[in-house]
Amino acid sequence: MTAPPREAPTLGAGRVFWALLARDVVVVRRELVYFLMRTAMQPLMFAVVFGYLLPKMGFVRPGYTSALLPGVLAVSLALAAVQSVALPMVTDFGFSREIEDRLLAPIPSWLVALEKVVSGTLQALIAALFVLPVARLIMGPIAGLSLAHVGTIVLVTVFGAVAFSMMGLYLGCVVAAQQIGLLFGIVVAPMIMFGCAYYPWRGLDAAPVVKYGVLLNPLTYISEGLRGVLVPGLPHMPLPAVLGALTVITVVFWRLGLRAFMKRAVG
Amino acid sequence: MSHDRPPRRRDLGYHAAPSRRVSASTSISAGIELRALRKVYPAPRPRRGRGAAAGLAGPPRMPPGAAMAPTGGTLTAAGIVALDGLDLSVGEGEFFGLLGPNGAGKTTTIGILTTRVLPSGGQASIGGADVVSEAVAVRRRIGVVPQRPNPDRGLDVLENLTFHAAYFGFPRAASRARALGILERLGLADGALARVDALSGGQLQRLMIARALVHEPRVIFLDEPTVGLDPQARLALWEILRGLHGEGRTIVMTTHYMEEAEKLCARVAIVDRGKLLACDAPEALKKQAPGGTLVELTLDGEAAPAREAARAVAGVLDVVSDGALLRVYHPQGGEAVARLIGVVQGAGRQVTNIRLVPPNLETLFLSLTGRKLV
Repeated sequence: MTAPPREAPTLGAGRVFWALLARDVVVVRRELVYFLMRTAMQPLMFAVVFGYLLPKMGFVRPGYTSALLPGVLAVSLALAAVQSVALPMVTDFGFSREIEDRLLAPIPSWLVALEKVVSGTLQALIAALFVLPVARLIMGPIAGLSLAHVGTIVLVTVFGAVAFSMMGLYLGCVVAAQQIGLLFGIVVAPMIMFGCAYYPWRGLDAAPVVKYGVLLNPLTYISEGLRGVLVPGLPHMPLPAVLGALTVITVVFWRLGLRAFMKRAVG
Repeated sequence: MSHDRPPRRRDLGYHAAPSRRVSASTSISAGIELRALRKVYPAPRPRRGRGAAAGLAGPPRMPPGAAMAPTGGTLTAAGIVALDGLDLSVGEGEFFGLLGPNGAGKTTTIGILTTRVLPSGGQASIGGADVVSEAVAVRRRIGVVPQRPNPDRGLDVLENLTFHAAYFGFPRAASRARALGILERLGLADGALARVDALSGGQLQRLMIARALVHEPRVIFLDEPTVGLDPQARLALWEILRGLHGEGRTIVMTTHYMEEAEKLCARVAIVDRGKLLACDAPEALKKQAPGGTLVELTLDGEAAPAREAARAVAGVLDVVSDGALLRVYHPQGGEAVARLIGVVQGAGRQVTNIRLVPPNLETLFLSLTGRKLV
């Protein structure tokens, strides 16, 4: 390169993006313990009660853990993704306006939003990697569990993590700081209970209204997807349907989330 | 202040000419240019109760970004007019002040120039780069010190600087030394590894200045940087700002302190309700102030009845009444006090307080806008 350095609007945007990501890595590493407690505690307690205690007491059949393990994993993934994007976003756009220094970075503002999604995706994958072995330890041997299809397991996990990070972006931009508790009460909690995490979708044949209602819940697809790749012997939604639905969720929440983000970012 | 009251537009007598357009253009072509800049925020909708659903229904109704939200402006059918056709030129290397009361449009102006607020009309550019269409190029050139410190609380003091530099493409390892140098210079070196929460108000403000410097910008914007600082910290900050200006940087600062504008700025623009009222060197502006000393009498009731009688006092240049305040301009202010008190008593009022203000930016501001700065 002999030409003198020039100020080019998008040149070096990649480097700035990495710097934004590096910032999140430093912050997450510093708070890893709290992060794991926040995201893994709830699903792991479920694993203890429904995957260990109830089967031991004989209230549920031992085979139930096969359906439960992928669901526990899906819930951790979803919680981690939504929380790691939405929670900082709510504070960032709230009173403290902490995100201001990143919005002044010389890159288009939508890249700042995209970085948050990438960071959320990585944190969701960390949560899943932590929960899978711990849940397996709690529940004991799981009938039909297969880690043979590593490629598809990773594929479904990444698709799910991205979709829920996008959802976190949207929620983080539209929820006011004072209402953050409400977000978990009326969005996240029902999503977890009606997301086919603790029962397979096919099992809902018994309750048709619920069966078709849960199709509106993004968690249904990641639960069913993980069930299909981790315990292929159980009834589950076909993989293309799962990936297709997660792609639609990703696109919809990216568009909604970006619009909300830009509205908050630029006056 | 006890005299605070809702802003009102009034006829200002002999000196003020509200419709007069002031051109602030200079021959300098580099630097900052604003042309007919307008900003209208959507009018706030009536709140639908404080129910829980309100928070989830959509983003807050006020203009996004609490830090950037206007504190005043004029409410019209179109919305809140924060800027109403502002023209300004700031030369490269200039120390420029934007002076005005709350709601004058200062923060909105800074918001637009720092690419954080979109203008509703007009144009603004920094070093030739348009703040809307070339926002990324503008961001490369500027450092911003916000009105309210907004450090990254997930990072320590030094990281706040090295990461900010990294966002501008400087490798973190390389910018560490420069960041430490800046902290040293601003008296924050001891707290380099401290958590941001451990800093005092003055230290936080200095951290914001350090952050605005770490990527070596040519232009620095400061939005009321000394609000909330004790006098000592304020003086220290003035020294820092003079030093930065001495290095050849362009500095644009908003303030509502007259003294600050007079002492620091080479040129000052007086803005009110989104309009430019005057723009010149502080000394030149002072000469525009209405002749004579301002004698401000506080009465025990409405001052209007005493106005005409006061006008008749020999030598009086102008009289303005504002609630219980009677403002009289007189070439030898002190000498007229006794006669004015007599006139007021003749009108059936008592004088409860007297203030004498020699011609300065404050009296100019008062005559231009009809209201006080603070």
